[in-house]
Amino acid sequence: MSTDSDPIIEVTDLVRDFNGRKVLNGVTFKVFKGDTLIVMGGSGCGKSTLLRHVIGSMKPSSGSIKLFGQEITTMDENHLAAIRRRFGVLFQSGALLQSLTVGENVALPIVERGKLAPEIVDLMVKMKLEMVGLTGFEHLKPAEISGGMKKRVGLARALALDPELLFSDEPTAGLDPIMTSVVDILTREMTGKLGVTALVVTHDMVSAFRIGTRMIMLGTGPSQGKVVASGTPEEIRSHPNPEVQQFIKGEPDGPVPLKLSRDDYVTRLLGHPSLPKRVLS
Amino acid sequence: MKSYFAFIAQIFYWTILAPFRGQPFKISEVFHQMVLIGVRALPMAALTAFSIGLTLAMQSGAELRRMGALSYVPSLVSISLLRELGPLLIAVIVIGRSGSAVTAELGTMQVSEEIEALEVMAINPIRFLIVPRVLAMLVMLPALTVFGDWVGIVGGWSICHFAMDFDTSAYILGSLHRAHLWDFQSGLIKSVVFAWLIITIACHMGLGVQGGAEGVGQATTGSVVWSLLITLIANAILTGIFFFAS
Repeated sequence: MSTDSDPIIEVTDLVRDFNGRKVLNGVTFKVFKGDTLIVMGGSGCGKSTLLRHVIGSMKPSSGSIKLFGQEITTMDENHLAAIRRRFGVLFQSGALLQSLTVGENVALPIVERGKLAPEIVDLMVKMKLEMVGLTGFEHLKPAEISGGMKKRVGLARALALDPELLFSDEPTAGLDPIMTSVVDILTREMTGKLGVTALVVTHDMVSAFRIGTRMIMLGTGPSQGKVVASGTPEEIRSHPNPEVQQFIKGEPDGPVPLKLSRDDYVTRLLGHPSLPKRVLS
Repeated sequence: MKSYFAFIAQIFYWTILAPFRGQPFKISEVFHQMVLIGVRALPMAALTAFSIGLTLAMQSGAELRRMGALSYVPSLVSISLLRELGPLLIAVIVIGRSGSAVTAELGTMQVSEEIEALEVMAINPIRFLIVPRVLAMLVMLPALTVFGDWVGIVGGWSICHFAMDFDTSAYILGSLHRAHLWDFQSGLIKSVVFAWLIITIACHMGLGVQGGAEGVGQATTGSVVWSLLITLIANAILTGIFFFAS
């Protein structure tokens, strides 16, 4: 059996190769009980791909992923389903079932899990919707509510079964500042009071520093798919890597360049380094 | 092709074995799908069957009158409807109306991460989405076929009665004189086979969608084209087995 000192999530040397392009290249990290790990990095750095691997939707090219001490990369569907019942996932788009109402979406994991009286299910759904500030929206279809509301319904659904582990993909993207802090406080209360472990993929730095207890940053460009920095929020804030500093401060120019030099630009545009003489003259 | 057969094996598992292992599919969802797949196709199936019965009677009437064999019109209408046109035309209607809708719906769910969300909630998509659709189709296509046979024969009757002076009892007796129970049964067997082919192709295509809205469109077209082709081939093979092999 696992003890408190064992990591809940343990990813070791994870590599994912898409036709020769290594989107993840030796990612290693551990998350312990009650921690909130923030995974950050620029667009296309492999954050969502990493999340998909950890929840078992994608199989890695090599490396190991352990959830609750069990290796999931080689696990069969039945055992994976048993692990999946212990965690909740909030997808980037919410991923609500369009054919069901908001209430039915939140009720889905509860109803599928076991036989509960409809009144109890109803009550649980109302509680979860109340948590995300959406009381009274049970009877609407996902197509009738806004993007930010879909995301909050997705969060309510992810929390429906009181998971031990919560994965969120961009939980605050598309939310207004007030709802962003509501969602942040919700995440922090769950990890702080209920001992839930969370892995949050985000590039909202305000929210990241508000909820994160550990952070890792994935690199882009030459360090694509590698962890370029990891540590506590304070360590990340004072991290010597200029790429990290550029990212957390949101500066337009730095190690990730805003503009290419003239020669690089010409090379990329034409496929060879120089323009014909008569064009230049 | 390999993935299609693996898919079929999964459908069998989740329909027949899994309910005994405490993982049943939802009966209410089967009825819901029966309405979407079958009941909503009723007006179109009726219209098609009626017009086919009508035209069959007109065409055959015009030819048979010259040979003085007008009394064969009812049996010609009923036999061609029961054996061939009923099952086949209703299948074509259902492919165009319901098969394509199933592919488009499942494809959209695949693209918008809904299927993945089901999987990570430990809800098997085959059990939750596919089994109800398969069962609904297996019930509703034969039911629509029986209905279509009947409406088509009524269509034939309307021409015989109003344009050729058959009285109703003569028409019924004429139809029953040549058509046997086996004609009806063979059509029903065909419709069960078509139902299985149409719905498994539609679901397999839908779950296999990749690449956004364009992918959904391609899969839907693919589903209709393949279902039509395979249904026509299966029809030829079944007719061969039922009426020429013995």
